[in-house]
Amino acid sequence: MDVKFINPFIQSVVRVFETMVHVKMSVGKPYLKSEDHSAADVSGIIGFSGDAAGAVVISFSTDVACKSASQFAGITIDPQHPDFADAIGELANMVAGNAKKEFTDLNIKISLPSVVIGKQFTVSNSRTAPRIVIPCKCELGDIYVEVAMEVMRNPATGTPKTAAVGA
Amino acid sequence: MKVMLVDDSRTIRNIQKNVLAQLGHTDIMEAGDGVEALKLLEHDTPSLVLIDWNMPNMDGITLVRKIREKNKTLPLIMCTTEAQKDRVIEAIKAGVNNYVVKPFNVESLAEKIAQTMNKVGSAAAPAAAQ
Repeated sequence: MDVKFINPFIQSVVRVFETMVHVKMSVGKPYLKSEDHSAADVSGIIGFSGDAAGAVVISFSTDVACKSASQFAGITIDPQHPDFADAIGELANMVAGNAKKEFTDLNIKISLPSVVIGKQFTVSNSRTAPRIVIPCKCELGDIYVEVAMEVMRNPATGTPKTAAVGA
Repeated sequence: MKVMLVDDSRTIRNIQKNVLAQLGHTDIMEAGDGVEALKLLEHDTPSLVLIDWNMPNMDGITLVRKIREKNKTLPLIMCTTEAQKDRVIEAIKAGVNNYVVKPFNVESLAEKIAQTMNKVGSAAAPAAAQ
C-alpha cells in the first residue's frame, strides 16, 4: 500500500475531529477491505471526480454518530433530529476536502455529501479500486474512514493512469 | 451589523451563528445556496457575507462573481473545505476579502471576521480594487 495516498485522509480525520468535534483521535493500522457491503449504521459519503475517481466513506455506529453530531453541532442530536444527516455529511465533507488539498498535482473535485442511514449498502465505484479502511478511535467510540480512490490521469504526463490509490 | 450566512449545511450555519453571537452580532440572514442568497440580496444588504464554496444550484465562487458585478465593496468571506492554493487565489481574484478553511475553530473564525471588518472599515478604496 502506498501511504502517500492514505496519509492525507489520516491527517484530515484527526484534524477535523479535533477541531470540530473536540476529541483526540487515535488511528490504527489501515487495512484492505474485503467485504462488498458496509456494516456500519450511519455513513457519510463524498465522491471524487476529475483526476481521481472514487469515494471516501466515514462510518459510525448510531451511538457514535449521535455523539459526534452532537459535539460538532453543540446541541443534542439523535437520528430523528433534522440536522442529524446534515452534521454527518458535513463532517465527511471536511475530511474529504482537507485530504484533497494534499493532492497538489491532481485536480480533484468532491461531490456534495450523501448520508446513508442503515447497513448493507455498497458504494458502486468502490468496486473498481481497492478499498482501504482507516480504523479510528476516540472517546466517543470507533469511527471508520474507508477510502477508494483511483487516479485517472498521470499528473506528470497528463495521460490516463491505471494504478489505483492504495494499491 | 447584519450578517448573511450562505452554506448548504445548517449545522455549519448554526456554528457560525454561535460565533457571531459571541461577537455581538445576532442579526442574521441565511441561505442554503447561491440562488437563494441572490434572491435575499435583492431585498436586503447585509454588512458581511460568509460564503461556502461547494453548494447545490449555485456554488460559492459563482455567487461571489455575481455579487461583485453589482457590489464592489460588500465584505465577503469564503468559508470552505477548498484549501488548495489555486482555489484561494481564484476566490481572491473573484473578489473575496478573506478566506477561512474548514475545519475552523471559534477563535480563527472570529479573528477573520474582525480582520475583514477592520480592513474594510479602514480602507479608502473598494476591496475588489485592492
